[in-house]
Amino acid sequence: MRALARTGLALTVWALLCAAAADPADRLADPGQEARARALFKDVRCLVCQSESIDESDADLARDLRQLVRRQVAEGRSDDQIKAYLVRRYGEFVLLTPRLSLGNSLLWGAPVAVLLAGLAALALRRRPSTAPDAETLTPQEEAALKKLGPEERT
Amino acid sequence: MAGRRGRSELRIPMIDELGQFALALALALSLAQTVLSLAARIRRDGALAGAGEGAAVGAFAAVAIGFLALIHAFVSSDFSVLNVAANSHTAKPLLYKVAGAWGSHEGSILLWCLMLTGYGAAMAASRRLPFALKASAVAVQGALGVLFIGYMVFASNPLARVALPPVQGDSLNPLLQDPALAAHPPFLYAGYVGFSVVFSLAAAALAEGRVDPAWARWIRPWTLAAWSLLTMGITLGSFWAYYELGWGGWWAWDPVENASFMPWLLGTALLHSAAVTEKRGALASWTALLGLGAFILAMMGAFLVRSGVLTSVHAFAIDPRRGILLLVILGVAAGAGLGLFAWRAPRLKDEAAFAPISREGALFVNNVLLAAATATVLAGTLLPLIREAIDGVPISVGAPYFNVTFTALLAPALILLPAGPLLAWKRADALGALQRLWAAALIALAGALLSLALVSPRSALAAAGVGLGLWVATGALVEAAERVRAFRAPWSEVGRRLGGLPRGAWGMTLAHLGLGLFAMGAAFETAWRAEAAAALQPGQSMRLAAFELRLAQAGDVVGPNYEAARLLIRVTGPGGRLVCEAAPERRVYAAGGQTTSQVAICPGLLDDVYVTAGDRRDAGVGAGAFLVKAYWNPWVRLVFLGPLLMALGGLVSLSDRRVRFAVPGRARQPLAQAPAE
Repeated sequence: MRALARTGLALTVWALLCAAAADPADRLADPGQEARARALFKDVRCLVCQSESIDESDADLARDLRQLVRRQVAEGRSDDQIKAYLVRRYGEFVLLTPRLSLGNSLLWGAPVAVLLAGLAALALRRRPSTAPDAETLTPQEEAALKKLGPEERT
Repeated sequence: MAGRRGRSELRIPMIDELGQFALALALALSLAQTVLSLAARIRRDGALAGAGEGAAVGAFAAVAIGFLALIHAFVSSDFSVLNVAANSHTAKPLLYKVAGAWGSHEGSILLWCLMLTGYGAAMAASRRLPFALKASAVAVQGALGVLFIGYMVFASNPLARVALPPVQGDSLNPLLQDPALAAHPPFLYAGYVGFSVVFSLAAAALAEGRVDPAWARWIRPWTLAAWSLLTMGITLGSFWAYYELGWGGWWAWDPVENASFMPWLLGTALLHSAAVTEKRGALASWTALLGLGAFILAMMGAFLVRSGVLTSVHAFAIDPRRGILLLVILGVAAGAGLGLFAWRAPRLKDEAAFAPISREGALFVNNVLLAAATATVLAGTLLPLIREAIDGVPISVGAPYFNVTFTALLAPALILLPAGPLLAWKRADALGALQRLWAAALIALAGALLSLALVSPRSALAAAGVGLGLWVATGALVEAAERVRAFRAPWSEVGRRLGGLPRGAWGMTLAHLGLGLFAMGAAFETAWRAEAAAALQPGQSMRLAAFELRLAQAGDVVGPNYEAARLLIRVTGPGGRLVCEAAPERRVYAAGGQTTSQVAICPGLLDDVYVTAGDRRDAGVGAGAFLVKAYWNPWVRLVFLGPLLMALGGLVSLSDRRVRFAVPGRARQPLAQAPAE
């Protein structure tokens, strides 16, 4: 699988080096298509860089991948098709937003779980009785606080 | 032999060996600190406690001697010290020779130990803590010192010599030769390690079985100091990344940025939950858990950054053995702390009841959202490692994921924030609080609608973000006005109230104002920044938003330790008005052979025009042209100004008479020292 990916990578690099073009001149003629390609760039990792997207990177490989995406956009493929193509070639590593899957459940589940647990704890907390009740600090606690210094009323 | 080479007259002989000895001594003193303080606690012996505190101060002095020895080695370019040979160079400016002392793995661990023992000495010198709690906390701090100084002495010696010293050093990565980055690690570490005192106090309080309002008051100065310094450290790092890396952005959700952001998020939660514990005695065990958690995440950050398990722009030396050792240290400290929590927390009293709509309720929701945000960052940072370990599938978690999840969690927090300080403790009138915020709501709505209508391209999300930031910022000001009864009471009374307002209240207002400004800047800049790139020959120009950038000339310059191509770019605004002349450089450092891009920034009041120079095209069509990339970053100043205000707010709170370390006059009661209970 990895060997395949590497071969694919090498082939792509070779193919695109033949079509090498200056950066600003690489842009697609249709501004709508170019904008779509730019949006896709932000979600594609520059594989040889350190956590950069191909939108940000100056690396040669990033430029090659940009051209690959632009060409597919120009051919009229959908965003999902292009992403699926990239994942087939380079593995899930190439996407900066991990896909929803069992292996990635922690990613999307952890914040939701914390949120739900916290809100449940708030809902289940003991409420103060409606009758006017005593101060909740014990006299010892009040005394200890008083020793620490004057408390401005706020 | 080694000491006699080169400009030995500048060098104090043997100081390196003296430093190494001092570090070994520091390890022994930390061990003594732990044992003596523990014995003092068990036997309730004041003399033993004094000896433990003395050992804490001694450990700090010893680490400081080791640190000064390293600084000396760097300043005098003593290449017989491995660390100096690998990270310094005689041609480096003095500031970066000094900063080089913490530029390497070994040096940064030494800086960490310096901070750790420094905080330990400050806590040992503090006279406000009761006997038992203090002895236990000094013992825990000593144990942390044993772990980290032990690691340094046995596995990461910053002062190790080489047998055959090179004539010249390998120099520090030129990207790191920058004033903001020279200051970034000390601030960051002072923040990280400041939480060690909170960790020690939390562990001690759990062991003593007393997590109460007084304890919450004791941890406040340490939490505030650590939080403010960490805020400064992260902001400096972000500012450095913005103007040094040449990519036009200020936050990349890089794993190492995340590593520093997680303790900050949890520390922010801690500041707020400690307020509930202090004022109402509620959420005691949760506050203790956060007190442990903030430092655990700080240690985890150090492990992630320093072990090389992450692929990140912070490319530090990869050394699996050290990584495993750091992981063991993290496991021991976190395991002991959390084990203690699991054992003791169920016995803590936490009975103070409150309604969901109350100041406690608002702070509780703040904590839930901040904890969820921490979980998001934690999951996003660790999952790639976990997936790689479990099923061998490498995945990436990048900015798109964090932007979505983080915005979703931050937005409700910002919506609720202005109401929080206006709610009464225990049970509050939500409608009354909202009524007092009508002015803020009106201003926020107007701001959102204006940015929706006037700024193109139209973006409802960004407009909502600007409105939210404005809501938080004006909400903070409304709350301050309410406190002094501005517009309600006669002005003489307002003045009197203004004078009587505690610094803690000012600090809160400043911090919330800063957060609001940051949110406005972040939303505006992210949505509406513009960029342009073109290969320009002298005389040619390109458009960037409303600006025109013309390459006036290109030339070569020679710096102290680099050579560079410098472009002169005239930036003109609408109507041909000259905005500035930007001079970005493309530098090549002779010592390491690295090429870096020196950004030129034309600062406006809130906006930047940001210009970088790329490679010169040597052959083919358009030879002699330079690739010029430029960004217009509207409101980006707020992104840095906001966090600075937040840090300032923390420092102002810290200066509050109630939380100062040594309290003058009547507040100094003999609560400390006396063998309590």
